[in-house]
Amino acid sequence: MSELLANDLITPDAGESPLLSLSEVSILKAAPLTRLSLRARDASLKDAGKAFGAALPVNPLLAETSKKRAALWMGPDEWTLLAPEEDCQALFTAIEEKLGDQPHSLVDISDRSEAIIVSGEKASWLLNTGIFIDFSIESFPVGTVTRTVFHKSPVMVWRTGTDTFVVEAWVSFMEYVTGLLVQSAQELEVA
Amino acid sequence: MSQPFRTEKGGRIDRNEQLTFTFDGEQMQGHKGDTLASALLANGVHLVGRSFKYHRPRGIISSGSEEPNALVGIYRNGDQTPNLRATQVELYQGLEAISQNRFPSLGFDIGAINDLMSPLFPAGFYYKTFMWPKSFWDRVYEPVIRAAAGLGKPPKKPDHDFYGNLYAHCDVLVAGSGPSGLAAALAAAETGAKVILCDEQAEFGGSLLSENSASVDGKEPADWVAVTLARLGAMDNVTLLPRTTAFGYFAHNYVALAERITDHIANPDPKLPRERLWQVRAKEVVIAAGAIERPLVFPENDRPGILLADAGRTYLNRYGVKVGHKVLVATASDSAWQAAFDMADHGVEVAAIVDLRETPPKNLMAIAEARGIRVEAGCVVTGTLGRKRVKAALLGRLMTSGQVASGGQVECDALLMSGGWTPTVSLYSQSRGKVVWDGDKGAFVPGKSVQHERSTGASKGLYGLQATLEDGYAAGENAAKAATGKSAKIAYSTATGGEASNGGTLGALPHDRNASRVKAFVDYQNDVTAKDVKLAVREGMHSIEHIKRYTTTGMATDQGRLSNMNALKIASGALDRPLTDVGLTTFRQPFTPTTFGLFAGVSRGDFFDPVRKTPSHDWVVENGGVFEDVGQWKRTWYFPKNGEDMHAAVARECKIARESVGLFDASTLGKIEVVGPDAAEFLERMYTNPWKKLATGRCRYGLLLNDAGFITDDGVIGRLAEGRFHVTTTTGGAPSVFARMEDYLQTEWPDLDVWITSTTEQYAVAAVQGPKAREVIAPFIEGIDLSAENLPHMSVREGTFCGVPCRLFRISFTGELGFEINVSRRHGKMMWETLAKEIEKHSGTAYGTETMHVLRAEKGYIIVGQDTDGTVTPQDAGMTWAIGKKKLDFVGKRGLERPDLKADGRPQFVGLLTTDPKVKLEEGAQVTVAENPATGTSAEGHVTSSYYSPALDRTIALAMVKNGQALEGKTLYVPMPEGSIPVEVTGTVFYDKEGARINV
Amino acid sequence: MLLIYCPYCDVERAETEFHCGGEAHIARPSDPSQTSEEEWVEFLYMRSNTKGVAAERWRHIHGCGRFFNAVRDTVSDKFLKFYKAGETMPDLEKISKEAGK
Repeated sequence: MSELLANDLITPDAGESPLLSLSEVSILKAAPLTRLSLRARDASLKDAGKAFGAALPVNPLLAETSKKRAALWMGPDEWTLLAPEEDCQALFTAIEEKLGDQPHSLVDISDRSEAIIVSGEKASWLLNTGIFIDFSIESFPVGTVTRTVFHKSPVMVWRTGTDTFVVEAWVSFMEYVTGLLVQSAQELEVA
Repeated sequence: MSQPFRTEKGGRIDRNEQLTFTFDGEQMQGHKGDTLASALLANGVHLVGRSFKYHRPRGIISSGSEEPNALVGIYRNGDQTPNLRATQVELYQGLEAISQNRFPSLGFDIGAINDLMSPLFPAGFYYKTFMWPKSFWDRVYEPVIRAAAGLGKPPKKPDHDFYGNLYAHCDVLVAGSGPSGLAAALAAAETGAKVILCDEQAEFGGSLLSENSASVDGKEPADWVAVTLARLGAMDNVTLLPRTTAFGYFAHNYVALAERITDHIANPDPKLPRERLWQVRAKEVVIAAGAIERPLVFPENDRPGILLADAGRTYLNRYGVKVGHKVLVATASDSAWQAAFDMADHGVEVAAIVDLRETPPKNLMAIAEARGIRVEAGCVVTGTLGRKRVKAALLGRLMTSGQVASGGQVECDALLMSGGWTPTVSLYSQSRGKVVWDGDKGAFVPGKSVQHERSTGASKGLYGLQATLEDGYAAGENAAKAATGKSAKIAYSTATGGEASNGGTLGALPHDRNASRVKAFVDYQNDVTAKDVKLAVREGMHSIEHIKRYTTTGMATDQGRLSNMNALKIASGALDRPLTDVGLTTFRQPFTPTTFGLFAGVSRGDFFDPVRKTPSHDWVVENGGVFEDVGQWKRTWYFPKNGEDMHAAVARECKIARESVGLFDASTLGKIEVVGPDAAEFLERMYTNPWKKLATGRCRYGLLLNDAGFITDDGVIGRLAEGRFHVTTTTGGAPSVFARMEDYLQTEWPDLDVWITSTTEQYAVAAVQGPKAREVIAPFIEGIDLSAENLPHMSVREGTFCGVPCRLFRISFTGELGFEINVSRRHGKMMWETLAKEIEKHSGTAYGTETMHVLRAEKGYIIVGQDTDGTVTPQDAGMTWAIGKKKLDFVGKRGLERPDLKADGRPQFVGLLTTDPKVKLEEGAQVTVAENPATGTSAEGHVTSSYYSPALDRTIALAMVKNGQALEGKTLYVPMPEGSIPVEVTGTVFYDKEGARINV
Repeated sequence: MLLIYCPYCDVERAETEFHCGGEAHIARPSDPSQTSEEEWVEFLYMRSNTKGVAAERWRHIHGCGRFFNAVRDTVSDKFLKFYKAGETMPDLEKISKEAGK
């Protein structure tokens, strides 16, 4: 697990039992996180990155990670900033102070979504039961992050390792997403 | 004797594994490797169904998915799947099959009377007969036709299986695994390209599995298949999908495959999906769909025991089944001769080979002679005898005059026919390619590629084993090169034998029979005869599309793969126009019948749509609340106590909310955080109301129009800071409001420094409404002075609730003192339970959406989408107060200036009170001036909302009525079936007209 | 299901991630109050509904959220060009010719 991106940040929720644990693929609920949505112009990215503690990626579909921080590219002027749960208020204040009058928008969206960790050799197969993206490692290398659609639910997928994906959905969609993943995985139990 | 038509040896079935199955209750034996069709034939069963219209006895014709006759129902877990083709159903131990379209039994079918009455059922029969009288359609014709028509019976119970879905990407998708498909897959795979190879059959190999008079690399063709598959199977870049039909070719090389996973297993593991829909995006597609043999159109060509010659050969060589003991072969092409030779080699008596051609190839004649087979050249079959099985055929000799002379009668118990071959161009056609006529081959073949695809082998009209192999390799190499830029040299296998078949014919064969008395079938499944096609032309159907619909030829489950070419030739003759002018109908998805389950996939039951729940959900369930669906959301409708019905529960909830306090879950309301230096400017442009002067800490009701000037959404907007607004939208409007804001921001005003973020799910929202609302929340709120002076109606503050950050709005959708508390969603459950407990101290109640609707209606507050319908302006709704008069522009301002929106006669929002206070109007009911309007009178408007109001102890209603605001005090009528209801037009506020209760 | 290239994400994705926003390059008048009835109706309702090569607005709604424009042959469903919002309308005739239409 050690080579996984952001493994000091995205951790299984200790209080939750696995949603799925097969030898080929498992699904774990991730512990709560601070999630901030940052919208800003190019001129402010450096300052924002400094205040946050990780640079903001400018190339599409990329994530930058540093110690307990991850900045995910969501759009050309949109980033989701991930940090430990307890850092929320301090980070919010720090970024607001640093950016001051520079045009930007910082909004706390920590509770808007939940994350699950889907891992195992069949992880990408399982995601492909509902997501049409080509998850071959050449097309979707480790570190790639994107919003997309899982069946009828919008989701975010972030590949943190060859066989490990972080999947986020808005909270009220999570039951649908995990329910379908578990249902689709059951055929893997058949020898 | 068991399986009297089984050969002594040979075939790909496992003779060591015997399987028992039933057909119409009769127990029979077959082997592993059999299809239901081959097993039935092994038992001497040809009669397997009755035809659609005439209920004629029908037998198995083909050995593939094009089978028109052998449609059966398969029982499993107490229910049946209808209309499966027996030629595709793999045999398993205990399989239960039934025949279809017969009553009371397959052997004696009452519907067969239609056959005797067939002069009454010509082409276009339905169109001609059921026209008059019109009133008969609903009560007489339609029910009778419904009962008699249709193939198979639909299952009665919900599908007990589940269906999988998989999205896949590949460089090269190869559809079909005959010689060219296998070669293409191998050639592509050897370059390293990602390859998916699929075939609708259980085994890969296509025609190679029944070819025993040729060899590839010196091996039996089937052995070469095994070697090739072993090579492909060992490569990580290859996915092999047997039992998988490429049934749909869509735009941008998106191909849908149906993989059948459990249908062939006797006792499948319930964890396995029955079928899987593969949604493949292929860079290149190789279509190796092969070709199918054409039936000959001669009188009584539909008798059980009459099969396609290639099918007969396949049953013999692949399944070890003789289709008869004495077989007549009727052909116009070479390939059927090989079938005759194989039959003879297996000890089957070949009654004769009847070839349409005057001089069949000499080499074939020689082989026939060597085997002692009688050959009748320049001959056709002009009819058959036998009832449920062919027992003899009538021959006719072609004369130079074009007439046919009787050629006697030949006894046989099976008849193999071949009219030549038709390339399977369905997938190519689905890819929107246009087929072209190849006169030499006498076939339509694929023309230019429209998408990234290429056809190979027999599917493009190329025959002969060596040629199709070579073409397949080239197709695979070229496809891989086009997809990846890579190529690789591989050694080609070479074939000997399996030469291309020459000859063939199209259309109806000449005969010497009474044309008005005999039927020569073109489309077996739909019972369309050559005569029907000619009749359609005589009656004015000159386009092949019209002929198709008039006669239903080509509309069967094979989509005309068997019938189209013959029908086209007959039509072309009748029209006296060249075949190419008549044109071919379009092949559409799906290639073969596909289950509804596959298309529905996971979207059923609990997963039909996401079910979105709010943090109060569990509490509501525990406390007996009833939910209603609002879009994907589950919202609490009402909370019945002690056996209350909805009316009683809502009346109690309303009363308590007005007298004491009510608690309502408002979490589903859309929330958008608008942030940036230009936030106020942006809202100024989006909403009708002015925003720039709204003080921080204050709220305002916002009305959102579209540019046409019509109301599309509304909600309260609070200013949290100079450049930060908390916008609320309706529950249903949340996504569309957000999308429209993005649209204007990105494409009309990209210069504005403002961004929007959806926070709908970031916050849980509890509305506490009623005179005791302040007392209820006070113990938990810190950091906010709740007094009326500091926190007047329409204010917002940030503080804490039970120690967690909250945004507290003092707003009301009830007309009572009210607060809405927003906390982070994870604290939503805690907040709800805390407040639910607290309201008990004040004899309060939780209430649902129905009470919310009543309380707001008592106050005349609109619900967008209920009281408005997309054609209502603020003036119509009596809401001109919401328009910032000094604003130069906002979305909809110019629209409102359109003369028709300012003209007299617009519908206007009013209240209606029935004369009888107990009578509740129907929402949607029409409002008229006259008490009993004459038929055809236009309504003056309609009722939009109607409730019993506990506060007034009478019914109330809201309506849109033409010029309604000027009609206050007048009496109008709501005509209903039980009688006209008089109503008085009133203002829209029924309760606390001064608004005193809200400002306390 | 169409395959659509997003010029912001620099990636091709399936149609379900996108929302079609109709004909492109129809600007909202900068001062609507100065428009005539005819001009306003033209802006609101009149669309060319082209059979053939047309410029359309698309939004990568389940991706980066950006609006962009695409030139599509509405008959064959072939996309001939993708470009970012705000960029000028390409020469459709030229594009058609290059595509061999």
